Amino acid sequence: MNAPRTPLNLDSKAPDGPIETAWDRHRQAIRLVNPANKRKYTVIVVGTGLAGASASATLAQLGYNVEAFCFQDSPRRAHSIAAQGGINAAKNYQNDGDSVYRLFYDTVKGGDFRAREQNVYRLAQVSVDIIDQCVAQGVPFARDYGGMLANRSFGGALVSRTFYARGQTGQQLLLGAYSALSEQIAKGKVKMHTRTEMLEVVVVDGKAKGIVVRDLRTGAVRSHAADAVVLATGGYGNVFYFATNAKGCNVTAAWRAYKKGAGFANPCFTQIHPTCIPFMGEHQSKLTLMSESLRNDGRVWVPKKQGDTRPPSQIPDAERDYYLERIYPTFGNLVPRDVASRAAKRMVDEGKTVVPGGMGVYLDFRDAIARLGRDAVADRYGNLFEMYERITGDSPFETPMKIYPASHYTMGGLWVDYNLMTTVPGLYAVGEANFSDHGANRLGASALMQGLADGYFVLPYTIGDFLAGEKAGFDDTSHAAFKDAEKAVAQRTDTLMSLSGTKSADHFHRELGHLMWEHCGMARTKEGLEAALPKVADLKERFWAEVNVPGSGDTLNQALERAGRVADFIEFGEVMVRDALTREESCGAHFREEFQTADNEARRDDENFQHGAIWAYEGEGVAPSRHIEPLEFRYVKPSQRSYK
Amino acid sequence: MKVTLKVWRQSGPDAEGAFETFTDVPVDPAMSFLEMLDTVNVQLEAEGKEPVVFDHDCREGICGACGAVVNGLAHGPGKRSTLCQLHLRSFNDGDEITVEPWRASAFPVVRDLMVDRSSFDRIIQAGGYVSVRTGSAPDGNAMPIGKPVADRAMEAATCIGCGACVAACPNASAMLFTSAKVSHLGLVPQGQAERDSRVLGMVDQMDAEGFGGCTNHRECEAACPKGIGVEYIAQLNRDLVRANLGSAAK
Repeated sequence: MNAPRTPLNLDSKAPDGPIETAWDRHRQAIRLVNPANKRKYTVIVVGTGLAGASASATLAQLGYNVEAFCFQDSPRRAHSIAAQGGINAAKNYQNDGDSVYRLFYDTVKGGDFRAREQNVYRLAQVSVDIIDQCVAQGVPFARDYGGMLANRSFGGALVSRTFYARGQTGQQLLLGAYSALSEQIAKGKVKMHTRTEMLEVVVVDGKAKGIVVRDLRTGAVRSHAADAVVLATGGYGNVFYFATNAKGCNVTAAWRAYKKGAGFANPCFTQIHPTCIPFMGEHQSKLTLMSESLRNDGRVWVPKKQGDTRPPSQIPDAERDYYLERIYPTFGNLVPRDVASRAAKRMVDEGKTVVPGGMGVYLDFRDAIARLGRDAVADRYGNLFEMYERITGDSPFETPMKIYPASHYTMGGLWVDYNLMTTVPGLYAVGEANFSDHGANRLGASALMQGLADGYFVLPYTIGDFLAGEKAGFDDTSHAAFKDAEKAVAQRTDTLMSLSGTKSADHFHRELGHLMWEHCGMARTKEGLEAALPKVADLKERFWAEVNVPGSGDTLNQALERAGRVADFIEFGEVMVRDALTREESCGAHFREEFQTADNEARRDDENFQHGAIWAYEGEGVAPSRHIEPLEFRYVKPSQRSYK
Repeated sequence: MKVTLKVWRQSGPDAEGAFETFTDVPVDPAMSFLEMLDTVNVQLEAEGKEPVVFDHDCREGICGACGAVVNGLAHGPGKRSTLCQLHLRSFNDGDEITVEPWRASAFPVVRDLMVDRSSFDRIIQAGGYVSVRTGSAPDGNAMPIGKPVADRAMEAATCIGCGACVAACPNASAMLFTSAKVSHLGLVPQGQAERDSRVLGMVDQMDAEGFGGCTNHRECEAACPKGIGVEYIAQLNRDLVRANLGSAAK
């Protein structure tokens, strides 16, 4: 490992003292912008998912001018929309013993003690405000007959704190945030740029002061200046190619920020979701998630006998292994995602699996239907069952679902301090794009909570602390930093267009995905990771020699868009492998075969790895440097997680 | 199995378009419709030709990005399905499949199968929201909402904004889309304060965008991948009358 050369300021700014009052005290201490001055400041927000849309709307309500960007044709289509299951909040409406502290505790523990305590506590605190806000916007959460909000339980929790809107919670929350955003667009406080992709962050005198974008309709490259820049650009799960992410999800914005000095934290913390529809053929372009909420009533099993070729209906109960209930009697089918995923992999590796296909486990609703009735099950999961049937041709009412783990969410992301600011002053990251709250593993129904917490209730306050110290109204896109960034974008496009290879970018993306899944997927080893490094380097070389991008750069060109994103994924893949290699422990979703307990659970090494690992760009062809933010646990004492 | 594809190609909004035929495209019954287009595009890209442009993203039937008219049907022959969830098992070996973009003057073609649906966003901007500042909301349980009402609001709220209703309508009307949002917010107590101004604003914007009027063909309902029914159009019309009478009374 090279000695770190880039000075990274990793001061977390997380308040000391009692954690219960930390956020209040912090808000008292940070600077505010005078209401009359807010309209003189402009903030760029890239991405319009839960975090981006909620931040844009709230900043605009406060009086700031917002320039919002998304690559989709409408801000309503960001990938948050696909989240099915629900959103957690410590409302304790069920009177089952929930509290802010318990949500905080569950999240820190669920993240396997690799998240910053103060951030997580704040998340749990504002969770209750999120529900109120969304209800007021008209989000149609499920309700019981008395008209009160309904809840369900989710993996990794012993209380019912998850709010939901059928199996479309992400959609409904996003439409709520999108409606708030639309109101501000109509009022002229937000200027919305659709079908526009951010390709550079512009840093002027050490501070983020704008971005360079490509208009996807015309190919025009433009600069936008502002007083601060917020990235709400989601996760990088598509590095595996086969993932539950939307096809457009990419690492480009975060990667461009990294190359401009933003530290990238814990890239190896990638979540593999246990309940996805298994891989079915080479033509396939993505994997589809089935909400984890299905594990509330579905029972997971495999045949006891290796290589059992009988259809599930012919396997009697005595010959089924309900392995989650057997191994984890306390949590049963509701163990956290990483635990459930690895258990499924172990079963399949032992040859106990589904037919046909041999790459999955059963998720069975037979007993739930008998207990609750078909109608009640349809009420809870009807649209998920329909979706499953549409894709596979099988009805879960008649035969068990087949499920297998797939890449779903990325806990790693741009390093941010307690104010959600990256290591580049004035550059913020919110939602899945940052690394802040989930540690090494995210609990179900926590992603929506974090995206909206950041966007509605955290960033709009904390960004004021930075802006208050800035002269308002930066708009100099003729500055050399903008011209250089525009030139870099143009050059990159020219290079991609000039290559006359014979392979599509998609070809290389599939190859990268396969490589990452094999070597840096659900289970990792030193040998595998070491072998991956030269393979990724070789892939990068071949990409830049053999890819073919038809058409031209100065018009709409989806092949060019794909190629640019794949090129960034390949470079990012290298850092992800390095991170997995240097983290010589298992924690949460990061599982190194060498570091496991006698009963195959993750074995942490708190003495040496109780920290966030932050990677800094050191230049082309130079290995990135690794930095650490030590983590301190004053409230939730690190222990071996046990869900038995 | 193999199919013949006739795909609409149009290089820009003002360019003349035409069908391009791809013969003997090898497909698998388990393949989705968009995966078939991917296969065609990978081949085109490898040959240095421009791929067929189409919008798509989640490929799970929820983002509303994809959509094309397949053999005359918006999103194709699948029942309550978006194009990404239509699979080749719905076709037969040797079939000829025609693929066209949504056709409506309020949805101008951008390129090939990609259209501009920003008119939908402008309809929402004209009132499809509850004005509530972040931080000013009462407790979520302060306002009970009976399950039947909550469920009906949820039905309406499932609209994904794909535009199939417009593409399927002989008048290219956006009534189903607009009525879904008007009804979702008009049914719940949170939406009452702006109920009248909302429906008036959204309907005005819908007309200004150049969408046609509803003449009860109900093609929208048949094409809607979320199964949103025309009863919401009736709800919109009631709200519109209510709002107009209210305005007249002032």
